[in-house]
Amino acid sequence: MALTIQFVPYHEIEDLGSARRVKKLIDLVKENKIVLLQGRLKKEEETDLIAITMEEIGAKFKGIELAVINPESKEQDFLKKARNNFFGFLLGDRQGFTIIGPATVVKEIKKDPNKIELYAKEPLKKRKSK
Amino acid sequence: MIDLVKRFINKVLRTLFNKKKHIKLGLYGPPNGGKTTLANRICQDWLGEDMGTVSNVAHETREIQIKEQINIKSKDGKELSFNLVDTPGIATKIDYEEFIKAGLKEKEAKERAKEATKGVIDSIKWLDEMDTVIIVLDGTKDPLSQVNITIIGNLQARNIPVLIVANKTDLKKASVKRVQAAFPQYGVIGISAKYGDNIDAFYEGLFALAS
Repeated sequence: MALTIQFVPYHEIEDLGSARRVKKLIDLVKENKIVLLQGRLKKEEETDLIAITMEEIGAKFKGIELAVINPESKEQDFLKKARNNFFGFLLGDRQGFTIIGPATVVKEIKKDPNKIELYAKEPLKKRKSK
Repeated sequence: MIDLVKRFINKVLRTLFNKKKHIKLGLYGPPNGGKTTLANRICQDWLGEDMGTVSNVAHETREIQIKEQINIKSKDGKELSFNLVDTPGIATKIDYEEFIKAGLKEKEAKERAKEATKGVIDSIKWLDEMDTVIIVLDGTKDPLSQVNITIIGNLQARNIPVLIVANKTDLKKASVKRVQAAFPQYGVIGISAKYGDNIDAFYEGLFALAS
């Protein structure tokens, strides 16, 4: 089974309002694509993403697997953090990646600071016809 | 913009009434973390009655449950009064087939899935209503799921005080340290809501958080 990963650069969503951003991402996921978004959504957009996902759940769409990979180092000094927060507020948070996959395709996303493990669901075995 | 104004007003009101001793206390977390078991523990300890039903099948709580006017007292005589809000578990996926695997009939499973999706939406809507939140995590599971991070991040953005409970410490696989390491900036208390282990420390944590 082939998996499609669609990269979405931040500039593709930066001019959209929150609702349209979330809708755009969910529409891609509903096409059975794994979305790799540059940067991350705002905190409230992340909860909107979950809420809208719930509204969209039906016979074919079972929800999403979601992971945000943030490269922000714990050792980062105060000034660096303040600077990143400031630019993040003005320009949007382009750091890191957000991975959103359809739950029918992606079983689980595990992450640690150095790697991401994406477990795909096993395709249903075709029954042998007698 | 409206959201920003709403949040600002909420923040001002919360600051003004920060010293009130009657609060709305929400129990949040992923499904099957033990929110309702903890709610029942609190209600049994202070009211002598249960709040809701618990089950091993996920999404047992699918509607917001509220128990009003719970008054608790600390050992040193402090009092705290709150409305306890038990919320449906927040998840990013719900598949009725998982409920069938857990033993439900198809019709029942589909109905449960439909109600569960609505429950998640309601939980999210209620975030803004809370004064204080207890995040109830299953101490045997990886605490760094994106759902947990998203809920806690949202509460932080709303300036809502948070206490994290690492539940199910009666189980061998549970690790309070793992939860503490995942969220070092928050208070984490390990409890077994089912058996009441360390529940006094939980109440002390609650007093510290709400004061």
